[in-house]
Amino acid sequence: MSETLTPQLPKDEAAEKGLVNVQIDGTWIQVPKGTRMIEACKMAEKEVPHYCYHPKLTSPGNCRMCLVQMGMPPRPAPGAEPVYGDDGYQEIGWMPRPVISCANTVGENMGIRTTGKLVEEVREGVMEFLLINHPLDCPICDQAGECSLQEFSVEHGRGQSRFVEDKVKKPKNVDIGPRINLDDERCIMCSRCIRFMDEVADDAVLGFSERGTHTTVTCHPDRRLDSNYGMNTIDLCPVGALTSKDFRFQMRVWFLKETNSIDVNCGTGCNTTIWTRGSKVYRVTPRRNDDVNSEWMPDSHRLAFHETQGDDRLTDPMIKVDGKHEITDWNTALTAAADALKEFQASEIAIIASARQTNEELFLTKALADTLGITTLATVPRTGEPDGKLISADRNPNTNGANLILGATPTTEIIKQKLHSGEIKALLILNEDVFEAAGFTHDDLAPAEFIISSNIIANKTAHASDIFLPGASFAEKRGSMINVTGRLQRLNQAIQPTGNAREDWEIIRDLILTITGEKNDMFMIENVLKMIATNIPEFNGITFSKIGDQGIPLIETGVEIPLLTKERAQAAAGIIVG
Amino acid sequence: MSHSDRVKYLPGKEPHPREHRLIFKNIDREGWDPSIDCYMQDGGYDQLKKAITMEPIDITNEVKTSGLRGRGGAGFPTGVKWGFIPPGNTKPVYLICNCDESEPGTFKDRYIVHQDPHQLIEGMVISAFAVGAHTAFIYMREEFPEAAIIMEKAIEEAREKGFVGKNILGSGFDLEIWVHRGAAAYICGEETGLIESLEGKRPYPRIKPPYFPAALGLYMAPTIVNNVESLCHVKHIIEMGGEEYAKLGVDRNTGTRILCVSGDVKKPGYYEIQVGKMTMRELLNEVCGGPLDGREFKAVIPGGSSSKILRCDETFKIGRGDDATDLSFWDIQLDFDTLAACGSMAGSGGVIVLDNSRKMSWVLNNINHFYAHESCGQCTPCREGSTWMKKISDRIVEGKASPEDIKTLEEVAYQIDGKTVCAFGEASSWPVEAIIDKFRGELTAETSETNERLSKEQLQREQFLGKV
Repeated sequence: MSETLTPQLPKDEAAEKGLVNVQIDGTWIQVPKGTRMIEACKMAEKEVPHYCYHPKLTSPGNCRMCLVQMGMPPRPAPGAEPVYGDDGYQEIGWMPRPVISCANTVGENMGIRTTGKLVEEVREGVMEFLLINHPLDCPICDQAGECSLQEFSVEHGRGQSRFVEDKVKKPKNVDIGPRINLDDERCIMCSRCIRFMDEVADDAVLGFSERGTHTTVTCHPDRRLDSNYGMNTIDLCPVGALTSKDFRFQMRVWFLKETNSIDVNCGTGCNTTIWTRGSKVYRVTPRRNDDVNSEWMPDSHRLAFHETQGDDRLTDPMIKVDGKHEITDWNTALTAAADALKEFQASEIAIIASARQTNEELFLTKALADTLGITTLATVPRTGEPDGKLISADRNPNTNGANLILGATPTTEIIKQKLHSGEIKALLILNEDVFEAAGFTHDDLAPAEFIISSNIIANKTAHASDIFLPGASFAEKRGSMINVTGRLQRLNQAIQPTGNAREDWEIIRDLILTITGEKNDMFMIENVLKMIATNIPEFNGITFSKIGDQGIPLIETGVEIPLLTKERAQAAAGIIVG
Repeated sequence: MSHSDRVKYLPGKEPHPREHRLIFKNIDREGWDPSIDCYMQDGGYDQLKKAITMEPIDITNEVKTSGLRGRGGAGFPTGVKWGFIPPGNTKPVYLICNCDESEPGTFKDRYIVHQDPHQLIEGMVISAFAVGAHTAFIYMREEFPEAAIIMEKAIEEAREKGFVGKNILGSGFDLEIWVHRGAAAYICGEETGLIESLEGKRPYPRIKPPYFPAALGLYMAPTIVNNVESLCHVKHIIEMGGEEYAKLGVDRNTGTRILCVSGDVKKPGYYEIQVGKMTMRELLNEVCGGPLDGREFKAVIPGGSSSKILRCDETFKIGRGDDATDLSFWDIQLDFDTLAACGSMAGSGGVIVLDNSRKMSWVLNNINHFYAHESCGQCTPCREGSTWMKKISDRIVEGKASPEDIKTLEEVAYQIDGKTVCAFGEASSWPVEAIIDKFRGELTAETSETNERLSKEQLQREQFLGKV
């Protein structure tokens, strides 16, 4: 080997790693070959404003907001060798015309300018065009505060308009679907909603009609935007053209607190943001997680939070006296429950737990059963048609957690039989309505001498209970769940439990305390997870902070989420960034 | 041409002696009809018979040698375009004939498809054979309903004779030609817009890169889109040989091309000339008979409405630095490169002549109306800008504009230029840029400082900012 090796050029260095060198605003970085310019800029922490581009959708390049200046080294004359400077890079020849950064990919020795006279003038121009026919009705627009048009016009706009003509009139307050309203004047024709409905929701009901400045987003004749994924277009819409009928005019977004959490309506566990003010949930939106829900969630799950804020919400512990429920305090209720349970043999008590409970609640339920020596401990399966996208056939959010923590459990059918045969005399029902979910009838429950239940709303099981303990909704508690793919995810508390309701893990812990009369170390939910981590091998070393906002894979289930499979195929084909 | 001397034309429709009729040989010809028999009696399909025995690559090379440049507007070398089909391609290749002739001022293709459909079919079959396409489309603009019928009939005739369909002339080469009718949109003439339309979608032009038709065209397969006139030239290149064809015209601007002269001349019409072998003076004064009585030429739009206007009293600097030479408007030779050097373009060959009876504000407004109406609305600058320009020029025409509006109009045009998905941005902004640049005085004279361009609120704001 020669000792006078010529120093390796940056291009060769990068090529070995499958990367290319790109100069972004004067700084060289290495990015994977084939990266879109806009993504490369993101990696260099340079923001490129854009409307139509979305990494999960195809790139039509129509908004022209992401125009940047591009440069490449000049092509050497035939036979000539490229010239490298002292830094090992070729000189960049800048193009006089801007290019869109959303659809173009980077190349070796490419230069990108996201600032400078050309780019700034272009952005100012595009911004001005977008605003001339926009109604500028921000004071009454729901998008205000989370509107890209507002944001980019502050950053890149002219500050004042030169437009003195009449604006184009378009349809307003269009009832485009059962959950969505359309304001065509606000629309900037980025076509994100159209592409989403076509490419992700597989229900291409949206399209443009008219042309030129009269271009209008419309639903196809005799169709409505009624897909169960339709509301994702509201999140996608960079302006206030598509607004949620559920949320519009309810609250200014800047008053809302955001809490990262997960959806509990099926086994997928879509990652969500819960938007709250005070003790009220105003809306739930999907949050990006490329291993769970991409950036989407079904409408039915998004709006399910209303069930937890209805008039039928129970806020206080209750004891049945002479066939009528009376409100009581927690001490009385828990003592009564403990006393009642002690009246029976362990074999005469059955616990109907739930795969809607968090791992922590399930673990404490198991602990309670062990404390009393109860062996009949069942959960209620809940299944439905999978939709081939994000809704899983398993409508319980934590079936994998229940299986892992409780082990094999008998079916509720066996409990039903044992009730009729008199083997079981007392029931403890946690987070389940056995009427709705397990097909119990009043006749089935009639043999039970004593029923204790906990839930959040006044359902038939609550009515049938001798003691009722009010729990917390998904937005009111913390905990962890394992989704269908075996991913451990975290629920975060967005609001305090309503009224005198308590977090469910506390209820079960207090019940154990009251029964045993002994102290334990479970002061915080962290203590419960710590115990799970010591007792169940799969959870070894897990803490809430390790779960994080994106969750962690915990067990192998072999289950795939269909929507992700499709998305990954599109990304592999280069149609989308992914 | 030796036999063109024998060709007789309808009375009053005889070509001008300065013309060189190649493509338009049969237009307005005495005793001519669009039937295949008539065409074949005149030597029709002989070139196909010759070409089908050649190697496809040789045909492409002949076209490259001929120097043929696309006649649709951009003037891109046809043979080079054919060579862009990716090597090792395994997808089907499509040939599309762009017969969406919609550039204002252009009316050449319509005569070919109405009067001489077989010339186009012959050119298309040869071209399809060269590029390896087994499916070809003629994208016919909606406004040519009769031509669509004529074309369909001609294709059927050609099929019966074995020039179209399976196993053409026993060569084993198959080609189906379909006529597809547009729905009256200018943007369908943009090749990627045309492709989208052909796929059954809104004709939103695609971004390039990555969607260059030669690689990712119709149904994401390699697609060659050529203008009607360009495809017809292919037949003549086979007949003459590329080298011989290249002797027509001038260096790098070979062959003949049809100029469609409209507007304020004594004899408007179509004239097929050797590219670059005629000057503006010769075209306007000699061939077209000069200005109307009592009028003077004022300006010329040389290549369809989207090309930049030229003043008749202008002098252009050709070349750079010390080598630059002066060229007066009248001495412009009508070819691609000279017109480009003068800051305009040969475009689609639509020469629009304006005399001193025309107000430039009206010309500007007319053009703006067209582009505002035809903008497809896909990308922001064109969608919003074209209508904004129209609205400003409306006020200029109505006498409600202020001098400031001229400046805004010009800035809006430059704000569109070069920022759009397709060339429509340039098409709509170049005329505005050029008309303002060259007739600023005339336009400004139609405005008044007293016209309140600003709303009261805006006026107050500007005063506060010290701008007024």
